[in-house]
Amino acid sequence: MEPSKVIVGLGSCGIAAGGNKVYEKIKSLKETDNLGFILDKTSCVGMCYREPLVEVVDDAGSWLYGDVDEKKAIEIISQHLGLNSPIKEYLVKSDLFETGDESFFKGQVKIALRDCGYINPERIEEYEARSGYQALKKIRTEQLSQETIIQTILDSGLRGRGGGGFSTGLKWRFAHNSQSDSKFVICNADEGDPGAFMDRSVLEGDPHAVIEGMIIAAYAIGANGGVIYCRAEYPLAIHRLNIALKQARESGYLGENIAGIPGFNLDITVKEGAGAFVCGEETALMASIEGKRGMPAKRPPFPAVKGLWGKPTNINNVETFANVPWIINNGAASYAQYGTEKSKGTKVFALTGKIAHGGLVEVPMGITIRDIIYKLGGGIQNNKRFKAVQLGGPSGGCIPEHLIDTPIDYDSVTATGAIMGSGGMVVMDETTCMVDMARFFLDFTQKESCGKCTFCRIGTKRMLEILTRICDGKGVAGDIETLEELAYQIKDSSLCGLGQTAPNPVLTTIRYFRDEYEAHIRDKKCPAKNCKQLLTYEVIAENCTGCMVCAKNCSVDAISGIRKEVHLIDQARCIKCGVCLSKCKFEAILVY
Amino acid sequence: MRVQRNSYYTVEAEEPGLSVDLDLLLPLIEKYKSKKGNMIPLLQGTQNLYGFIPKDAFKLISENTGLNISDMYGVATFYAQFRLKPVGKIIIKICHGTACHVQNANMISDSIEEALQVKDGETTKDGLFTLESVACLGCCSLAPVMMIAGESYGKLTGKSAVQVIKEIKIRES
Repeated sequence: MEPSKVIVGLGSCGIAAGGNKVYEKIKSLKETDNLGFILDKTSCVGMCYREPLVEVVDDAGSWLYGDVDEKKAIEIISQHLGLNSPIKEYLVKSDLFETGDESFFKGQVKIALRDCGYINPERIEEYEARSGYQALKKIRTEQLSQETIIQTILDSGLRGRGGGGFSTGLKWRFAHNSQSDSKFVICNADEGDPGAFMDRSVLEGDPHAVIEGMIIAAYAIGANGGVIYCRAEYPLAIHRLNIALKQARESGYLGENIAGIPGFNLDITVKEGAGAFVCGEETALMASIEGKRGMPAKRPPFPAVKGLWGKPTNINNVETFANVPWIINNGAASYAQYGTEKSKGTKVFALTGKIAHGGLVEVPMGITIRDIIYKLGGGIQNNKRFKAVQLGGPSGGCIPEHLIDTPIDYDSVTATGAIMGSGGMVVMDETTCMVDMARFFLDFTQKESCGKCTFCRIGTKRMLEILTRICDGKGVAGDIETLEELAYQIKDSSLCGLGQTAPNPVLTTIRYFRDEYEAHIRDKKCPAKNCKQLLTYEVIAENCTGCMVCAKNCSVDAISGIRKEVHLIDQARCIKCGVCLSKCKFEAILVY
Repeated sequence: MRVQRNSYYTVEAEEPGLSVDLDLLLPLIEKYKSKKGNMIPLLQGTQNLYGFIPKDAFKLISENTGLNISDMYGVATFYAQFRLKPVGKIIIKICHGTACHVQNANMISDSIEEALQVKDGETTKDGLFTLESVACLGCCSLAPVMMIAGESYGKLTGKSAVQVIKEIKIRES
């Protein structure tokens, strides 16, 4: 009989939810009582809304427990492992029982995330045991030529998962065709979209998959240098990447004559970004690696001709690389069986916002937004009404309720005015103000504009001023038209993707939620009751029982009144945070 | 990533009495001196040593590596990571990613600003706390979130956020 295994999910989100405490607790239990199970850690399995997660693997199968704290951990160890009686009410996924959370996994197809949550990312043997580095070995054993690899990727239909959606195979072919004594392959891990964490999860959960993808790309284009450009805000990802790179070197997957292929030499290093959203743009990213200000350059010349240090360079995103070994192992046709005619394979989405089951999902292209939100995501939090979903971060747009049956593929999403983007999917309900959302994204892009192009630098600032004015109740007639005019000018006159797409959140919200803009401008009202300057909070005297809950929760002590008497909100002190409204059990707070 | 850019700080605005031990820099300079693309790692290393990039460090690096001071200053003010002013002992990072914004992260910032009497990017008078807005800490399902000394606090309200800070303040005093 094999010893049971206890595996704690320790991705960034698991740690934030208290995963480390649970791990330490189980470790101390194991040590004090000298228990015989194996304790291990893994990364994100995607079920963020149930973190911290603990998996028990015993003779009967796998049992995944959710929302585990130290107290539950003790119960799991004593009852499940001690008495062999699994605790059904804590289970979120099991081989033997139906749980209420099964729907989160149904419909998912895990290719890029194939190992995330299944292996300890700090051990190369576990990756190898799940077909890891098999694709690289296949190149030698089956004598695959560079052209064969490129053709396979081309046939698979894989498109850039960072948001651009350019054919990966074509990109590789361009870099392959450039003649030079040295070439580079770069992994873009500068995941800057606020609200997106797909790449972080892949890097933390399966760093070797990305590295193997890069090695295969390097072989295909003939590169001898590799760089992973990773956000400094992802310390755990950087830590695990460095461990993985060291192991890969020791195992002969990096270095000279890699995997026994004569003359194939490559090393990969990690470069930490320094916090600039624009560095996700490939020419800016290369400038940053060279130690300069990360400002985009004019193309052509394209990186495939003249990139890092003036040498031909191929840049792909984390998720794109993670798909590559799987495609080489399983063939282009297996990958292309998923998805739609023009968008093949699967895509990872970070499902966040007002969604009941937030987390990381990988779904075949062509699935509808409705299926993702209502089938996988469990619908909207607190049974509120769905209003819109934001795709593509600050470069994307909001897709409204009447387009909820839009299939997720590059072309259908683009037709709505949003973009596929890297995979951030933020769900909004009736309490989200769309004008404020547009202002939020413009605020972000305005600060992140590198300043090279006049329209992007100054235009976004002017747009932000107008949006702020509208949210403050000082909008004037003609503001919407000015916003639109500026938006098209910025799109037309910017060099890089940041400026070309920065107005998208404004344009899509005007297109689908014009009435909300008009309510702000004309009636000085925020229909979602979100824009503070347009709100007033008051106590409804008839309903107030004088329970003092609102007064206790008010962070600025703006509510006065004694027990069992009607309370009063001091309008001068009120910061309009809405806590009193959310805490009142008697519907005694009025917002208008 | 800090949402609030720090380009409005000038090196001249540095208060006197902030002299640092520059000898600490020498091994770092030695390590990166002859490497291609060394500017950002040098600045990152300097900040790791001192918590910010002191004015004299620019000079010393320039003299030893031949890098241009104006180029270094350009890079240091371009990226959100670099600070030209010292920070408080504890940095409060309030997440303003999309998910947190949707879950009312502004309320968390407002309450803490009110409680500590500082604005975003500023340090309290006692030098204990520095308040920073950041774009996405990556714990979107726990939104709204703040991070203090590597520890994340999720599902906050204005009240509970202020409570966390009060407790830290008591612990530190």
